[in-house]
Amino acid sequence: MHPAIQGLITIVIGVGGCIGYFYFSNQFLDKVLFPARGPNAGRNINRANMIRPWLFLFPAIVALGLYLAYPVVETLRLSVTERIPGGGSEFVGFANYAQMFSEPKFWEAMRNNMLWLIIVPAFSTAFGLLAAQLTDRISWGNVAKSIIFMPMAISFVGAAVIWKLVYDTRPEGQDQIGILNAFWVAMGGDPQTWLTIPYLNSILLMIVLIWIQTGFAMVILSAALRGIPEETIEAAIVDGANPFQIFFKIKVPQIMGTIVVVWTTITLVVLKVFDIVFAMTNGQWQTQVLANYMYDKLFRANDWGVGSASAIVIMLLVTPILVWNVHNARKEMR
Amino acid sequence: MADVKLTDVGKTYGGTVEVLKGINLDIGKGELVVFVGPSGCGKSTLLRMIAGLEKITAGTLEIDGQVVNDVPPSERGIAMVFQSYALYPHMTVFDNMAFALRLAKKSEDEVKEAVHAAAEKLQLTNFLDRLPKALSGGQRQRVAIGRSIVRDPKVYLFDEPLSNLDAALRVATRLQIAQLKEQMPESTMVYVTHDQVEAMTLATRIVVLAGGGVAQVGPPLDLYERPENEFVAQFIGSPKMNILPGKIVGTGEHTTIEMDGGGRAVSSVPSTDALMGASVNVGVRPEDFVAAGEGDYIYEGKVGITEALGEVTLLYFDAPAGEDPTIGKLAGIHQGLRGQVTRLTADPAKVHVFKDGVSLLYPDGKNVMVEPH
Repeated sequence: MHPAIQGLITIVIGVGGCIGYFYFSNQFLDKVLFPARGPNAGRNINRANMIRPWLFLFPAIVALGLYLAYPVVETLRLSVTERIPGGGSEFVGFANYAQMFSEPKFWEAMRNNMLWLIIVPAFSTAFGLLAAQLTDRISWGNVAKSIIFMPMAISFVGAAVIWKLVYDTRPEGQDQIGILNAFWVAMGGDPQTWLTIPYLNSILLMIVLIWIQTGFAMVILSAALRGIPEETIEAAIVDGANPFQIFFKIKVPQIMGTIVVVWTTITLVVLKVFDIVFAMTNGQWQTQVLANYMYDKLFRANDWGVGSASAIVIMLLVTPILVWNVHNARKEMR
Repeated sequence: MADVKLTDVGKTYGGTVEVLKGINLDIGKGELVVFVGPSGCGKSTLLRMIAGLEKITAGTLEIDGQVVNDVPPSERGIAMVFQSYALYPHMTVFDNMAFALRLAKKSEDEVKEAVHAAAEKLQLTNFLDRLPKALSGGQRQRVAIGRSIVRDPKVYLFDEPLSNLDAALRVATRLQIAQLKEQMPESTMVYVTHDQVEAMTLATRIVVLAGGGVAQVGPPLDLYERPENEFVAQFIGSPKMNILPGKIVGTGEHTTIEMDGGGRAVSSVPSTDALMGASVNVGVRPEDFVAAGEGDYIYEGKVGITEALGEVTLLYFDAPAGEDPTIGKLAGIHQGLRGQVTRLTADPAKVHVFKDGVSLLYPDGKNVMVEPH
């Protein structure tokens, strides 16, 4: 069968299944289980209405339980067990964690992650804020915003491929097709294999994510800037503030809540960063990050114990930021 | 302290939309001038032009004898109180009031002294370390006023400062502004409002703006007693002045008008013989009407609705659909007049005569046309 037709059938079955589930389960509830007739009609209606919310929530709860809650518990279990040669597994306590903490590659990933954590949210938010402010009052601001926002529509792997071309290196003597090397050579330098130069290469990878996330930060912060009462800005003008003072002393403090939400949201993305590193360097040349380290252990080394342990570490790092983020976002909504 | 002088000031948006033109005003030192006018007349725009928040597209603005058209707001020696208070929400009351002084690089001692002095004046001393969101509407407005006081400006600008307050608070804050003016007799204030009571009670002079220009300037009671045109006559006073058509039949020191609706009006406004037979409008304020006895009357009509307020009774006469009813405001209680055909007259000194929209007292005045919204 043609794959397109297969896809179409899948969609029909999927959507039809959802509609069918809600329709028939409600029919069953109202007509068979608690029919709204007979001597207990009133009681039956009440009972049916008590059950109905759960009927609607059921698919979501099952899906979340199966794909979110169960994996967390299972990962936790796997992180304290060891595969026994010949089949089965045994409890080993924190041995996996101990092994992981003794590996320099883990600490390299940890250190890189912390660098990502500081640099990417800071620059994404700063550039986003700058773009939001600069595009606010100009006639072609919306065009500029659309262009800056566009990278958000590209998958991380797609972005990685694009930027790999930017950083591309050709042997000396050949034309450099990577823009970075083209510039570098034009400036009189020798072609560099950028992605193999430690520390610099990590920065180059971060630039990809900053490029993507700036658009997100800009859109949210632009909306927040528009929400600032115009009169407070006029009052500041009358008070004698110059444009920089208006921006830093009047505007930024008023949208601080939104800045925090944007910052922490990007932080969450950064902590889980995997695709970009995987597609561009695969953790070589000291660019390893936690998520890629986990992938290496879990699927390349087939060491589920250490792999799960690193997954748990990522989760522990993400959770407090997530809680804070949700807390702030709710505060903003009020 | 300073005077503010506007010469032929105009405002055009985008080169085509003219909202203000040919504004000439001389605001003296220590005056409290109130701009009033119907919504959309440009009164706030004019204030913002004085503040420097809107560009002046024609004419010149002088403050203290210096042309300030291109001087930035902070260097004009003005302070502005905004309708929405415009407090900085992330700063305490103290920091809000200190902001301008700190920008001006004043020493922290000076700042403290100025802020405390202003807070004292406005009873804000106990709230200095609160954030604006923890204050009531009236307190916020006082902070906004305090923020302008600390700068010790030459000219205070108020943009409808009381319109976000409830009725009781508005009266209280109005009194406070009046007291503030008493304490600072040297300071010049320009005040924009759409509330007549604010204008009448606060102003040393009122500027009525309409149709993009100045309709009349004068002390409040001048505007009430001697309006130059029908617009000002109807704009000042509530309920508004009745305008009744008629024809001049007697001229001289007194003018006699035969009313189109029957009746006869005598006004102590003088007229020349040239006006004999001219069609005019007679203006009588509702509160100037008195019940006519057996003699002459200015207006006769059937009372449709009465509103007895105790001290006075408002009579709304039946009017053809689409026309404003003639209104009488008689002292005492007269509910019995409902449904009765009633005749009203007035003291000749209280009868205004308008020809082509302009009062006969001011034949050179201009007729202000205001397009209905």
